[in-house]
Amino acid sequence: MTDLTDLTVAEIRTGVAGGSFTATEVAGAFNANVAAAQQALNAFIVATPEKALEAAASVDADRAAGKVLGKLAGVPIGMKDLFCTKGVQTTAASHILEGFKPEYESSVSQRLWDAGAGMLGKLNLDQFAMGSSNETSYFGNVISPWKRNDGGNAALAPGGSSGGSSAAVAARLCPAATGTDTGGSIRQPAAFTGISGIKPTYGRCSRWGIVAFASSLDQAGPMARDVRDCAIMLEVMAGFDAKDSTSLDMAVPAWEAGLSGDLKGKKVGIPREYRLDGMDDDVAKSWEDGIAWLKDAGAEVVDISLPHTKYALPCYYIIAPAEASSNLARYDGVRYGLRDLPDGAGLQDMYAATRAAGFGAEVKRRILIGTYVLSAGFYDAYYTQAQKVRTLISRDFTEAFKVCDVILAPTAPSAAFALGEKSADPLEMYLNDVFSVPASLAGLPAMSVPAGLNREGLPLGLQLIGRPFDEQGVLNAGLAIEARAGFSARPERWW
Amino acid sequence: MSVDIATVAKIAALARLKVSDAELAAMVPELNGILAWVEQLGEVDVSSAEPMTAVIENHLRLREDVINADPLTGGGKRDAVLANAPAAEHGFFGVPKVIE
Repeated sequence: MTDLTDLTVAEIRTGVAGGSFTATEVAGAFNANVAAAQQALNAFIVATPEKALEAAASVDADRAAGKVLGKLAGVPIGMKDLFCTKGVQTTAASHILEGFKPEYESSVSQRLWDAGAGMLGKLNLDQFAMGSSNETSYFGNVISPWKRNDGGNAALAPGGSSGGSSAAVAARLCPAATGTDTGGSIRQPAAFTGISGIKPTYGRCSRWGIVAFASSLDQAGPMARDVRDCAIMLEVMAGFDAKDSTSLDMAVPAWEAGLSGDLKGKKVGIPREYRLDGMDDDVAKSWEDGIAWLKDAGAEVVDISLPHTKYALPCYYIIAPAEASSNLARYDGVRYGLRDLPDGAGLQDMYAATRAAGFGAEVKRRILIGTYVLSAGFYDAYYTQAQKVRTLISRDFTEAFKVCDVILAPTAPSAAFALGEKSADPLEMYLNDVFSVPASLAGLPAMSVPAGLNREGLPLGLQLIGRPFDEQGVLNAGLAIEARAGFSARPERWW
Repeated sequence: MSVDIATVAKIAALARLKVSDAELAAMVPELNGILAWVEQLGEVDVSSAEPMTAVIENHLRLREDVINADPLTGGGKRDAVLANAPAAEHGFFGVPKVIE
């Protein structure tokens, strides 16, 4: 019998609808994988097998009653623990929110449940989504299911911040998961673990009920094993929501039905500024492979320039911490979460003690940077300047899209690194987002698809960046690469 | 621009973060490293650019001007609002005494 946990979202949906197996059987199989891997991978902060079974039973009953099934009927998924889930602890992987049980459901997760998906659990992440390796979680590191082929046993980073999501999908603990992307937090972990993930245009997915990091950048999106599954998930997750003032009031296209790997007449831009000195040979080669595959799919390849690329990272590391310092002001020990009240302390002392005890080192670092760049006397030099540079970065893309339809670049400058390898120096960790941050600053749809393995036997991802609202163009170029890369590698089960 | 211990202590106070002397000393070089790096933005000619206010063109909407236009975010939710408070009392958030 087929191992149900090897099936894609599309296959599960079709199999459940057609009666090849029940939703309950699927949920049971994934619940078992989640439980078996928890000790070794730590991908989940909380597992909710009962929620997965409950949703599955409801789908099976609906099917038996002949009711119309939702787009994700019978598909159990993992939910990044940044999405508020009613009655289920939501922590953002922080101590300050430990024990927080929201009284409401995030708009994106509600859409998924309404479509018939079930929740396997809440996935680990970098604390408040701040990190690129999942090493800043209060609930411990997530361990990538991948190993280098050097015979060593180094524990590798699953990427971040959606590291629980990437590890869980790659290890077949769930067929798909939600992620959020502020500067690359969907794309980089997808690349590190050999899966696909898409960040849609800013505003496509409602931010309502997602724990805020940097509100002008945060976007939810799906992570799954292939492009089609990403399209299926995104179609459900996206859509207008009056509760998010930046939500796009636009119809959600039928992305799955519109999938086509034929790129005849399309122009693919190759940004020369992304060709960095000392670029990793395997990354450079995978980029060349990607160019050849897109040509083979009928696309014309054109050289483009994004002149302000080198300023994207420093720009991001002003804007994102500035917004974070403001967003995280809400954690005060009064309304929810942790309270640390030293003996005889007044209100101000309580705030400071609570926040000192509740936030991890990276979160504090970013709050301090953000507070500094927004403080009197420095605001214009740092924050206003960064917002102007952001305009220029966005304008670079507008100009580029006059001569191309989609942009191809590596997702990350390297394959997965070992845990601890980059955590000593915050700047070195930040540099891992060099290829993903520009599209975030410009609010553009961008996705990562697996391109192949490097010399260490680790996955590399290729990134596709599209015009605003052109998720279809991004997905289609991703599909063209997927069809030619023939990526079928998967981590050997050691857990 | 670089920061010293006194500046970091002041920022930490503004951010309501209690930081020990040892932590402060460790943060100074870290923050200076990051600030020195982001200062390269100063070399960009931004004379043609306005600061970005919205990354994707959108318009701000007004909700309907009626009570509980959205029942989920409207009123009448006291118990739900207080449900996660560390020290809710008598239907209010409990805080340490603030009046001397």
